[in-house]
Amino acid sequence: MHAVYIAPATTHILIKKRTADISRTAAQHWIEPHAHGIYVKPADMWIDPSRPAERALVTHGHADHARSGHGAVWATPETLAIMALRYGTEMGTPVHYGEGFEHGGVKISFHPAGHVLGSAQILLEHAGERVVVTGDYKRRFDPTCTPFEPVACDALITEATFGLPVFTHPPIEDEIAKLLSAREANVDGCIIVGAYALGKAQRVIAELRRAGYDAPIYIHGAMQKMCELYAAHNVPLGELIMATGLAKAELKGAIVIAPPSAMNDRWAQRLPEPITAMASGWMRVRQRARQRNVELPLVISDHADWNELTDTLLELRPSETWITHGRTDALGRWCELHQLKARALDLVGREDEDEG
Amino acid sequence: MQAFAALIDGLIYTRSRDLKIRLIADYLRITPDPDRGWALAALAGTLNIATVKSAAIRAMAEERFDPMLFRMSRDYVGDTAETVALMWPDNSGGDAAPTVSEVIDLLNSTSRARAPVVLAELMDRLDANGRYALLKLATGGMRVGISARLAKTAFGQAFGVSVDDVEEVWHALRPPYTELFAWGEGRTERPDPADSAFFRPFMLAHPLEDGSVHLDEFVAEWKWDGIRIQIASTGGETRLFSRGGDEVTGAFPEIAAAFNNIGVVDGELLVRGDVQGGEAASFNALQQRLGRKNVTAAMQAEYPVFVRLYDILFDGAEDLRGQPWTARRDRLELFTANLDPVRFDLSAVIEARDFEHLAEIRAAAREAAIEGVMLKRRDSPYLAGRKVGLWYKWKREPLVADCVMMYAQRGSGKRSSYYSDYTFGCWTEDGNLLPVGKAYSGFSDDELKWLDRFVRNNTVARFGPVREVEKSLVLEVAFDAVHESKRHKSGVAMRFPRISRLRMDKPAEEADTISALRAMFD
Repeated sequence: MHAVYIAPATTHILIKKRTADISRTAAQHWIEPHAHGIYVKPADMWIDPSRPAERALVTHGHADHARSGHGAVWATPETLAIMALRYGTEMGTPVHYGEGFEHGGVKISFHPAGHVLGSAQILLEHAGERVVVTGDYKRRFDPTCTPFEPVACDALITEATFGLPVFTHPPIEDEIAKLLSAREANVDGCIIVGAYALGKAQRVIAELRRAGYDAPIYIHGAMQKMCELYAAHNVPLGELIMATGLAKAELKGAIVIAPPSAMNDRWAQRLPEPITAMASGWMRVRQRARQRNVELPLVISDHADWNELTDTLLELRPSETWITHGRTDALGRWCELHQLKARALDLVGREDEDEG
Repeated sequence: MQAFAALIDGLIYTRSRDLKIRLIADYLRITPDPDRGWALAALAGTLNIATVKSAAIRAMAEERFDPMLFRMSRDYVGDTAETVALMWPDNSGGDAAPTVSEVIDLLNSTSRARAPVVLAELMDRLDANGRYALLKLATGGMRVGISARLAKTAFGQAFGVSVDDVEEVWHALRPPYTELFAWGEGRTERPDPADSAFFRPFMLAHPLEDGSVHLDEFVAEWKWDGIRIQIASTGGETRLFSRGGDEVTGAFPEIAAAFNNIGVVDGELLVRGDVQGGEAASFNALQQRLGRKNVTAAMQAEYPVFVRLYDILFDGAEDLRGQPWTARRDRLELFTANLDPVRFDLSAVIEARDFEHLAEIRAAAREAAIEGVMLKRRDSPYLAGRKVGLWYKWKREPLVADCVMMYAQRGSGKRSSYYSDYTFGCWTEDGNLLPVGKAYSGFSDDELKWLDRFVRNNTVARFGPVREVEKSLVLEVAFDAVHESKRHKSGVAMRFPRISRLRMDKPAEEADTISALRAMFD
């Protein structure tokens, strides 16, 4: 039999050799992944440590990345403002996008990640190597934050929250249109939209405004201060009214934004015939929406979807990729299929904020 | 197809039965023939597209997607059709979406070999929701929480006709049910039921809880642990129905064939004799058969089924539902005497002096096929649904044991993102833990979240989808019975284990031993 041998796209040899290869790369000598964060050895600094550290570089303000109790913190001014709002008096050193500093022979600079207000990727340069830690990121347009900027690097340390090929986030305009038409069909009731208090809530509000919805938007008390913080950082959100304590009649035809945790509790029972909506990338999967008693799933995510994750890898083509959290197995598999060297870190304590 | 996809999604996200009925009724009213008839058939479970089986969908996926990425996605989503619908690249740009009848016509007119190609072309013309609806339509099994009865109720509501009238003519008609719609819209007379056997709603029971009844007024029967079933026969044809009114004749053809009397009876489908793997295995086998349109001779031989009769609704054409239970019982005994004893017997009445005596009998009954006791008012007519004060179910108290969680696995369906299936063990004499069972129910949603977090934070090893956890969490497990098992290393097997409490207060070393479980053998 005459046959042409075609090498399979899957590279089992590469998988076996992976550990050995990684041990030879330089980055391994000065950056150590630990279960509770990424340690930059020569600078004696931790990135997004999940326990108190003497020196912490913080990518963004979500609680699973920005913890309290660190000695010194470096973050963007917006992230520091968010941390100050959440944890009280903590101070830190502001680093603007595109700017940096040197510490212990490591050049450290912050670059926009497009995830939420103030979110940053961190570029580390040392021993002739460039390593980018993405933190959480997305590549879609978002009126509430500076768009992601690709940063060329040798090693990319990436998230993979939505790292499964079933996750492709639809255009946000479609989801906002779904929300607005559900409101029109239910003018005697209201729509309660579950959205994480930092980032998602403000993005949904800003997108509603962009779609021409200029009526007051009602918010849960837990998001008032964060909305004010966004407004103070030049993210106009229009007229916002606290929903707490209002009579049912006043909320007829209203859109009410609340943290997911408030959706099924007594607070929501005071609303007039509410339709339960949820703005989250997980809403792409029907049973996930059903689990949470969601009647109107809105697939809106502040994370990169599968295509954004993989396109970013193809665009940057780092010589190696470390995957911090999320579906590290699936994105790792994709890297194998595309001859990209990858390694799963499985950091702990990275709760998904969409789960609220 | 878009309207049908929207209906399917609406049904998935709507919990209220009334709202589901309204969604279906609205769709049936505004959608033209024959689309709405195909949709009704899909909801009622009477649509069968012979050219597409779920294997075809898996094959389609394997051809296009990396098998590992597909498996990971499938594990996460918990449903093959939805996984394929979500992973499928969006090509729907310019093409017009097909109608429901176009889909049915194309799939019905192709061969099994060509079906994947036809299906793929249709997939390319749809968006993600349309693709999901297409795959569900093509394979049957919509999984939207709709029984045949509910679909017919919605039809009744859409056109202002009684659901019993729909039920009566239903089996004389075939999808896409254009005669049914013509009658519903008042354009024609009601179609001829043509001597067809049809479903009557079951009478159901309330739990007795802590109450008691007087045995002068109530009769006691065993509550058998099989599948409740209704048999309706006109002589010309015999049909079997499950509790929701879904027809299951094809799943149990030996029962239909053996039923040589005219009438409608209510009973429990059971497996006869000792079955390898115990009663739980036979119950699982019954459950699996329930979902099938056809069964093999081997399946029929492996688990010999019979029906234990509880009640009679019609004797011949005579409607007995208005008569008291005592009168129906007499008629049932006569009726059963003429049936094949291999396939049919009578559910015995329990002779007890008084309620306390009955409680003793119930407590002593550990036969695995007994779920508890039924209490029926002697003068109760046979009424549809659950009526207060007429029938009670009095389930047996479960046994409990404290076990230690050993392994966890993700659930399927709506729990696919949680570690919700737990394997637990008890201690041997020499201080080892051996698995004694697996449970995936009994906890609240909040407890599930807690358990899921426990699993994630205490994983010590992973074996594919299974996580081994730190042996530190004690689960109080309730079960109906425990018996000897050669298939398990521990030598014991529980029947219907479920988690009754999380014992976060209890150290793992104080959990029960296997010998303590052996002491609970029947």
